[in-house]
Amino acid sequence: MLADKDRIFTNLYGREDWRLPAAKKRGAWNGTGDFLNYGPDWIVEQIKASGLRGRGGAGSPTGLKWSFMPKEVGNRPHYLVVNADESEPGTCKDRDMMRHDPHLLLEGCLIAAFAMRAHVCYIYLRGEYVFERVRLQAAIDEAYADGLIGKNACGSGWDFDVFVHHGAGAYICGEETALLESLEGKKGQPRLKPPFPANAGLYGCPTTVNNVESIAVTGTILRCGAAWFSSFGRPGNVGTKVYCISGHVNKPCNVEEAMSIPLKELIETHAGGVIGGWENLKAVIPGGSSVPCLPRDICDNVLMDFDALAEHKSGLGTAGVIVMDQSTDMVQAITRLAYFYKHESCGQCTPCREGTGWMWRVLTRMCAGKAEMSEIDLLLNVSQQIEGHTICALGDAAAWPVQGLIRHFRHEIEDKINNYRVGKNIHAVAAE
Amino acid sequence: MGSRQLAKQQPESFAFSASGEKQVKYWLKKYPKGKQRSAVIPMLWIAQKDNDGWLPEVAMRVIGDRLDMAYIRVLEVATFYTMFNLAPVGKHLIQVCGTTPCMLRGSGDLIKICQSRIGSAGAISDDGLFSWAEVECLGACVNAPMVQISNAAGDYYYEDLDENSMNSLLDELASGKAAMPGPRIDRQTSAPIGESLTLVDKSLFDGSKAKKIKGIPNAPAKPKTSKKKAAPKKVAARKTTTKPKATTKKGAK
Repeated sequence: MLADKDRIFTNLYGREDWRLPAAKKRGAWNGTGDFLNYGPDWIVEQIKASGLRGRGGAGSPTGLKWSFMPKEVGNRPHYLVVNADESEPGTCKDRDMMRHDPHLLLEGCLIAAFAMRAHVCYIYLRGEYVFERVRLQAAIDEAYADGLIGKNACGSGWDFDVFVHHGAGAYICGEETALLESLEGKKGQPRLKPPFPANAGLYGCPTTVNNVESIAVTGTILRCGAAWFSSFGRPGNVGTKVYCISGHVNKPCNVEEAMSIPLKELIETHAGGVIGGWENLKAVIPGGSSVPCLPRDICDNVLMDFDALAEHKSGLGTAGVIVMDQSTDMVQAITRLAYFYKHESCGQCTPCREGTGWMWRVLTRMCAGKAEMSEIDLLLNVSQQIEGHTICALGDAAAWPVQGLIRHFRHEIEDKINNYRVGKNIHAVAAE
Repeated sequence: MGSRQLAKQQPESFAFSASGEKQVKYWLKKYPKGKQRSAVIPMLWIAQKDNDGWLPEVAMRVIGDRLDMAYIRVLEVATFYTMFNLAPVGKHLIQVCGTTPCMLRGSGDLIKICQSRIGSAGAISDDGLFSWAEVECLGACVNAPMVQISNAAGDYYYEDLDENSMNSLLDELASGKAAMPGPRIDRQTSAPIGESLTLVDKSLFDGSKAKKIKGIPNAPAKPKTSKKKAAPKKVAARKTTTKPKATTKKGAK
């Protein structure tokens, strides 16, 4: 288990005070001015050396992403945008960071913005996080009053403003270009890339969009050193990570752990184990709803990191671990996700707009067993035609859970179809 | 999700309340000159709050005029984002998260309670107190199942519910009591139930972490504005744990 002294989010559960004096006591804002004095290139160098990969799902190297911003500020200002539009089913980590450790996030905003030569940062919260928005704004006000941000932030000579913005209930705005559209006051429909945001992002200006967690860990990385951060996890998958463990476990929770921790250890140590014991496990979705599920035999040994999960055709995503025990009707669980993607498709690209609804309708029939056996392959085929044929990754995200279902639980669909044909009670069978 | 059609019966006029107006001015200041349009979502939200929780068409026009946006662009935004209710809602709008993590832990039971106590989704109860909707993931999955309740008091999350606590939550609201947000079981926010395994080391909270850092790891030889100590420039960060002790007196407060 990760030692307490190595935890970044020391107030993850809000047992302590979130306000500035208490946050400082826990180490936030310690040395920030020094970091800025060492210059933007030093900061980027450290973040690169730390091996930090984006915590929002895609896992792109954070330092590298920062280095894509123009080195000189031309006639267009630079922007940092923090993606706090946390809506991936199974994921609720950013919420805890914003309501319980907001100063770590704000410190990270200053460090990241300075490294990218941005004077302005927008934090885009999902609209539903009203309480978190109020809390975060209160923390911002404290930081201004203390001279940590604002004019001459932390005595660095750098002027820095943070603004909170919010959405209004659209999952797609977690996609970085859709988020920028939304921030500009439009429907959240993703933009074609290129141009990439680092060239033309918010208001057509150089912009970097980072997840809350990626930004909030930077202060502690600089304080404790890149080598400290990269000492956790396997090469290429280093650091600590906040995992969200939900579903059929005895003690669902958020917890910060080392990267590459075995999935079984994570669930048994922190979440009180699977309800009814490990033997009662049916499947786990390891990284938020968008990644394919894994059956128990893979869960026995798999490590929680980007590479290990990719080897099993799944992914770390946001590290939102959804646990499903033997009582779960897998077809129904994935059908509900298919409905989610149908609901959240922005409607811009035809494969996604039509495909997500089509998949949901077919799956709904399959739930009741009212389908042809050949439709399973058809469903797989259609999901593969959605994947990779859309502007953003929502099409992929809609296809993957369905592909995971067919890959590992095809027999459950077949059972339903067979049972419907012989007139059996499907529910009794699903519950086994 | 509520209906994405505008309500048939629409009010004649809309104006922001005094406090709403104050908030609008506050939001408009956040964006660069000429980019006021960015404030459209916050303004629609404020307008919805000022209109008993739903958004009439005339409010969209008022906002369009205010932001110099074509009405259709405001309408587009209002219909795209599902938190905008385009038809009247109950005094308490119960939004039940129905996505898989909540479904696995019994959101279906909460939905049944809403159906039996309030009626069909979107309909307002006879006393005007309640309406409900099934919504997509609200981002509190480790506290599943949960609901968000929007009313005059705010938009709070009520978590770790079951049939009993959902019923008593609705009872509290119906009787006009202030309902306490957060988990409805004995639990601190997103922490695991029971004894804590993590974040128990007292030294995290005793102020020792606030002491000036002696030797920031990998500090460069010459900080831009302070001249102190020498250290090899650009240390290969990955390999070095014992770091040149470059201290600097400048800086953080």
